[in-house]
Amino acid sequence: MGGSSGRTLNLTLNVWRQAGPGSAGGFKTYQAKGISTDASFLEMLDVVNEELAAKGEEPIAFDHDCREGICGSCGMLINGTAHGPWKMTTTCQLHMRAFRDGETITIEPWRASAFPVVKDLVVDRSAFDRIISAGGYVSIATGNAPDGNALPIPKVDADAAMDAAECIGCGACVAACPNASASLFTSAKVSHLGKLPQGQPERYRRALRMVAQMDLEHFGGCSLHGECMEACPKGISIDHIMQMNRDYVAASWKGEPIAKAGGAG
Amino acid sequence: MELNSSIPSGPLADKWTTHKAEIKLVNPANKRKYTVLVVGSGLAGASAAATLAELGYNVKCYCFQDSPRRAHSIAAQGGINAAKNYQNDGDSVHRLFYDTIKGGDFRAREANVHRLAEISVHIIDQCVAQGVPFAREYGGLLANRSFGGAQVSRTFYARGQTGQQLLLGAYQALEKEIKKGGVTMFPRTEMLDVVLVDGHAKGIVVRNLVTGAVDTHMGDAVLLCTGGYGNVFYLSTNAKGSNVTATWRAHRRGAAFANPCYTQIHPTCIPQSGEYQSKLTLMSESLRNDGRVWVPRRAEDVGKRPDEIADADRDYFLERKYPSYGNLSPRDIASRAAKEVCDEGRGVGPGGLGVYLDFRDSIRRSGEKTIAERYGNLFDMYQRITDENPYKVPMRIYPAVHYTMGGLWVDYNLMSNVPGLFVLGEANFSDHGANRLGASALMQGLADGYFVIPYTLGHYLAGRAPVGAGAAESPSARAAQADVEARTGKLLSIRGRRTVQSFHRELGRIMWDKCGMARDRAGLEWAIGRIGELRAEFWENVTVPGSGGELNQSLENAGRVADFLELGELMCRDALHREESCGGHFRVEYQEAGEAKRNDDAFAYVAAWEWKGEGQVQALHKEPLVYENIQLQTRSYK
Ligand SMILES: Cc1cc2nc3c(=O)[nH]c(=O)nc-3n(C[C@H](O)[C@H](O)[C@H](O)COP(=O)(O)OP(=O)(O)OC[C@H]3O[C@@H](n4cnc5c(N)ncnc54)[C@H](O)[C@@H]3O)c2cc1C
Ligand code: FES
Repeated sequence: MGGSSGRTLNLTLNVWRQAGPGSAGGFKTYQAKGISTDASFLEMLDVVNEELAAKGEEPIAFDHDCREGICGSCGMLINGTAHGPWKMTTTCQLHMRAFRDGETITIEPWRASAFPVVKDLVVDRSAFDRIISAGGYVSIATGNAPDGNALPIPKVDADAAMDAAECIGCGACVAACPNASASLFTSAKVSHLGKLPQGQPERYRRALRMVAQMDLEHFGGCSLHGECMEACPKGISIDHIMQMNRDYVAASWKGEPIAKAGGAG
Repeated sequence: MELNSSIPSGPLADKWTTHKAEIKLVNPANKRKYTVLVVGSGLAGASAAATLAELGYNVKCYCFQDSPRRAHSIAAQGGINAAKNYQNDGDSVHRLFYDTIKGGDFRAREANVHRLAEISVHIIDQCVAQGVPFAREYGGLLANRSFGGAQVSRTFYARGQTGQQLLLGAYQALEKEIKKGGVTMFPRTEMLDVVLVDGHAKGIVVRNLVTGAVDTHMGDAVLLCTGGYGNVFYLSTNAKGSNVTATWRAHRRGAAFANPCYTQIHPTCIPQSGEYQSKLTLMSESLRNDGRVWVPRRAEDVGKRPDEIADADRDYFLERKYPSYGNLSPRDIASRAAKEVCDEGRGVGPGGLGVYLDFRDSIRRSGEKTIAERYGNLFDMYQRITDENPYKVPMRIYPAVHYTMGGLWVDYNLMSNVPGLFVLGEANFSDHGANRLGASALMQGLADGYFVIPYTLGHYLAGRAPVGAGAAESPSARAAQADVEARTGKLLSIRGRRTVQSFHRELGRIMWDKCGMARDRAGLEWAIGRIGELRAEFWENVTVPGSGGELNQSLENAGRVADFLELGELMCRDALHREESCGGHFRVEYQEAGEAKRNDDAFAYVAAWEWKGEGQVQALHKEPLVYENIQLQTRSYK
């Protein structure tokens, strides 16, 4: 029976330590001893951190909150792979049975110029918020809504919108992309809202503005490598990028007023 | 201290409508002159901040995560209730109201709960309009599922990620207002104190978690939307960062803390696997729609594989004890029943702390594909954590701390006893009594933020002079900021030998053992003493590495654990004084045939505790609960 296997591992960790945004960083080596295979990756780091704290040394900083794979806080490169070896799994849901006794594990922050390091494994992903702010919503003020069932939505459309809406905004797609593009993240929102009738009135304007903001944030261009989809813990498909590109092109034909893009919601 | 619930007069069903028509309004041109400080960006905070900005207020919003989208609400799985009666199965506003009051074991305010039920229908409309991709039927209409404590199907959901989708809807509305300039967002910012000017809440002291800078922000009202305090138990289903600091600091400045002992222990969580365990993972209550809960009938069988145990040798104890609600009995009841069978030595898995949640029959009936469609992500999560395949082997589950019904006391307008200090969502105490029914926290958070506060805040602000530019220099603002700086300095200077985590773990164990699923006088008295000792040791022997002028997660945790060490004691005092059992509060001394025994004559009140100063015991104030429309009954789910 799993869950009670009781095996433990001794590991060597190579961890990126960086005091602050401006400082030079570097790898430091730590030993993680007697780690249960049933512990999560972050629980393994907790054990190491508690030992550091007990010695009065500064623990390794990393973002985390829900530890259930849904808030998108956690994320690190584990042996060069965003979120580590398990498919469709965030770092907090990765469990230590994925590793072998005696293994050396290299742990780094997301690497992308649009995600500057804040400290150790913590990066600044506020560019994602600004992309949503540029147009990733339906402009409906509270209190103006018609009855929820006034507009039937075919189940396939609702399901397809949900597939896109599952994005947790962790940034693994950017970290995995050779160009550090944010196209998968941006397209997931364009596609989620674009597949629903409620999203239609602003559909083209939304695509234009979000793509423009993505470019402003110094993310790279997309050349459809597909690494993003491989790394995505929610399995968001790169089909959404095609959809975003189509909406973007259509928007340009429709002569959406790009110049006035800022400001109005 | 005066506790005036400000419940409007008139018939129950008209109170909210009449109140809205009668309360004061702020002129549209004046709204932008008022600054509203919204602490928290979960369902309650994000919906409030976005809506208030739409109305024209100047809003500042704060959260400790790196983005407002990551608030703990994101983790809610199962769904949100609304009295739409789309299923034509007999639902109504009155029925949702009644179910919620009864679910809370008759310890919530009638008027608040009725308003919640009325508003529920608008929430769904609003969320659909925002593009929340709720589950739908083939005909294109919204789908529903059932949740515990109800005999109608009124829960709306988006796969197993309802909280995520509702929060993203609110977050997107918030981002829309940020772009327009109506909201200024302060992520990675922690509120550490409230500033009172002439008795009114007029500001907050915050610490920038990246630079460590401490600042005071002044405004015309403060909204605390900071979530629940379940992490006082160390292990809970809450996100790791969830904490009590915002409301506790407000309590220390005079806000009454109501019903702190009302804790919800959720029956279906993945059992603990080891000492390193950092949190517990919920398996949504919606699973009880299709999963059957059982343990072996005989203790000798607990070591057997589940498929070796014949049906006749299984005890489907919820179906047996509560035939009409069965696996969908309310959480407090289902949790206690699970504890009881484990106490009898019939629990399964490591340490005998588990019961089965078995999908065999529903997979036979509906097929694996249908079950995967309904719960696929939960099954995957279970397998990643336990290395067991729940399609083949029944899940093992055990109760865990999940939600806190207690919180800051608020009146009908969601204002605490400190004027200008409003409290929304899980952070207040208002709507769930002694036990919350599933799918009703999302409903309450969004009701408070989208539909209540936009009215009641205006009523408070109308006619008041906006806070001036120099307010941050006022003596009370300076004093509050100095207090925060001194406390941070103190935490960093102790340099003792024990880690913050270790204090937190010990506090959690005390709370779980003595103030958890079963409580008694001797245990609570012991806990009060022990927590006091632990707190004293904390302030002498804690070690917090690093400095205050940088991102320092140990320091953040230390401040939160220090507050938990005060709250824990108050929870035990509240549990000790309430000599009855009700909802999630089960006093071993007060039971009848294993069921909670309420004492309405003596305890039909809200217990609101007033801070009396360092080292003093809080003073108890009582707000009587008056039921004009329903009769108090012994809850029965049999
Ligand atoms: C795993 C899980 C599943 C759940 N499933 C359901 C469900 O299916 N249905 C249901 O109805 N309910 C469910 N609940 C309960 C529900 O999710 C919560 O009660 C609800 O989301 C709380 O929302 P909130 O807005 O009050 O607070 P939260 O979402 O907790 O937000 C708190 C906010 O306050 C901020 N904050 C806190 N302290 C500070 C501070 N000092 N300074 C600055 N910011 C601060 C945080 O950053 C955050 O933004 C679930 C809960 C859990 C744990
Ligand atoms: S901590 Fe929330 S997704 Fe990992």
